Amino acid sequence: MIKGKFIDNLPKVYGIYTGGFIVFILMMAIGEKMGMTSKAIGICFVAFTIAIYAIIGYLSRTMQADAYYVAGRQVPTVFNGMATAADWMSGASFVAMAGGIYFKGYGYMALLVGWTGGYVLVASLLAPYLRKFGCYTVPDFVGTRYGGNLARFCAVLVLTVASFTYVTAQINATGTIASVALDIDFKYAVYVGLISILLCSLLGGMRAVTWTQVAQYIVLIIAYLLPVFWISNKLGAGFFPHVMLADEVARIGELEQQFGFIKNSAADLATVPKGLAGITKAHSAVNATPWAFISLAVCMMAGTASLPHVMMRYFTTPSVKSARRSVGWSLFFIFLLYSSAPMLATLSKLSLIDPTLSTGIIGKSIAEVQAIDWYQNWNAANLMFISDFNGNGTLELNEFFMGGKAVVLATPEIAGLPYVISGLVAAGGMAAAMSTADGLILAIANALSHDLYYKIIDPKAETAKRLVVARVLLVIIGFAGATIAALEIQGILGSVIWAFDFAMSGLFFPLVLGVWWKRANGPGAVAGMLLGLISGTAYLIWVRNGGSGFLGITQLTFGIVGASVSLVSMVVVSLLTKEPDAATQKMVDDTRVPAGRSVLTQK
Amino acid sequence: MVKVQALIKEKGGNMSNKDQHWAKTKSLLMITLAIWFVFSIGIFFFGAEMEASSFRPLGYPLSYYMTCQGSLGIFVILIFWFAGRQEKIDEEFGYSEREEN
Repeated sequence: MIKGKFIDNLPKVYGIYTGGFIVFILMMAIGEKMGMTSKAIGICFVAFTIAIYAIIGYLSRTMQADAYYVAGRQVPTVFNGMATAADWMSGASFVAMAGGIYFKGYGYMALLVGWTGGYVLVASLLAPYLRKFGCYTVPDFVGTRYGGNLARFCAVLVLTVASFTYVTAQINATGTIASVALDIDFKYAVYVGLISILLCSLLGGMRAVTWTQVAQYIVLIIAYLLPVFWISNKLGAGFFPHVMLADEVARIGELEQQFGFIKNSAADLATVPKGLAGITKAHSAVNATPWAFISLAVCMMAGTASLPHVMMRYFTTPSVKSARRSVGWSLFFIFLLYSSAPMLATLSKLSLIDPTLSTGIIGKSIAEVQAIDWYQNWNAANLMFISDFNGNGTLELNEFFMGGKAVVLATPEIAGLPYVISGLVAAGGMAAAMSTADGLILAIANALSHDLYYKIIDPKAETAKRLVVARVLLVIIGFAGATIAALEIQGILGSVIWAFDFAMSGLFFPLVLGVWWKRANGPGAVAGMLLGLISGTAYLIWVRNGGSGFLGITQLTFGIVGASVSLVSMVVVSLLTKEPDAATQKMVDDTRVPAGRSVLTQK
Repeated sequence: MVKVQALIKEKGGNMSNKDQHWAKTKSLLMITLAIWFVFSIGIFFFGAEMEASSFRPLGYPLSYYMTCQGSLGIFVILIFWFAGRQEKIDEEFGYSEREEN
């Protein structure tokens, strides 16, 4: 009823929404001037944005299978691009990426190259073909193309392992932000985050997630870009930081030369709180071997093309052509944030370490730094630490430690921006973590409800019953993820990278060869998925337990082992077993033709 | 010589619409992946050389620039270029679909 109208009016609806959000920011700024406390501002930002998402989630409720699973396949190209960008950019991208660049420099940038380059593979190898296929989920493609429940089940297995690894990190991130912004204990904040996540997806499935993700993208990109531009102008570094920070990058290099990277003794380092790090690597100089850089980039690229929560976004476009273009828009919207992260890292580092700037703390006396307001705040939040190791009373570069998240969260305050910006950043981080968590939980729940329950266990189930099962699973998976997140086993970034390696190990070649190699058959795909996942996991466990590894493959790049085993076993087993039947071959032919009816008709 | 060309033409003529479309699609894929390979993997074999290079876009060291913006921007353009080319191929063989909004 409203739906057709809603789709036609999208630019208007989101235009008004963006305007409304900017008015809200201005109101908060006025509130701050009139004496609103920083805590109240933080609560307003997080609560207001979550309320908006919940309303969108409620308005998008549905009881139709194709609306629930693929948003009715009518999401326009550009909006799907925005939704994918929000789906993609997680709490880790938002909160931890600039910090990673700040501490690790060039070696870390492999992640940026990998997380963007992967979209070329998505656009050229997979997305348009899977859209033509007409599946609801990624295992739906695997199960139909290779035939048989075993292949379908293996795909569900890989999807669940990879996405679940990823989703705990996202729920963890929503918990962290909610606990800081709402000032509640992390153990409870995790469940506040979870309920916000479920509010977006429970009633409307993919349709609700699509429209909340567009709204979340708008919040997160404003929250990321506004401080970067503001800080750059405030420091006099340049009106448009992305093209004007060459002098600042060079200046950091000079300061590094001047201070030198002094190694701290183990005894001194033991006094530094866990999770904090000092600046020990050059900012812009090449500090990684080609193989270390390339292997990490390759894993992230292949992982991008195999992660189901991204792939299923392209099932929602109206046509094959729009799926292809939509990948381009997705990457464009991602590029806006990714190209800003190195600039934020540069501005943050320079403002802290340059003694000639008023914000610089290196070279000041320890007592002076300890008296700074923002130092006290972030020290209390366990994200900053200084210690006079050499006892000379002056802060040296090697005596200053910071948490990775502090680069995004604390830089606005350090640069002297009003608190309203910090509130905005919290809302942005929350939006980034929530949108990714929603996509992931939905990917798992849809695979379990559509592929495991409907296709394997109860093929006669009615639509209403299937959608109830889907929602029950959504809640169960959400709570399982939150429970594990509350245990705080791994850091946010580590588990994100693992998710890419798991996905790449099990799914990359079965998906790609399913389209590009007609001879690939069911037994081959099953072997590829299982042996890929098992060998990758085994390598990870071996290296984690002190194994030496080989070829310089680390616990962050174990996907190379998994995917290689997957490729070899899939090709060998396919060639040793029977060629796919004529119907399957025709199915592949049809997948390759970009026009006409989809291969699979859903009930 | 003329005979051979005629033969190729005849063979080409015998190739079904579908096969020709797929052959062109495959060669576009190869070009796209080659460009992708250069900017995602190839140039990073030469990180140190890029850093020492006197070519400094916007004043940044080349290695730094490529990881911050260069490769990323090239990927965005590459995908749109690829999509445009693929649409041309689809049109040529009558596979372009009307938007079914």
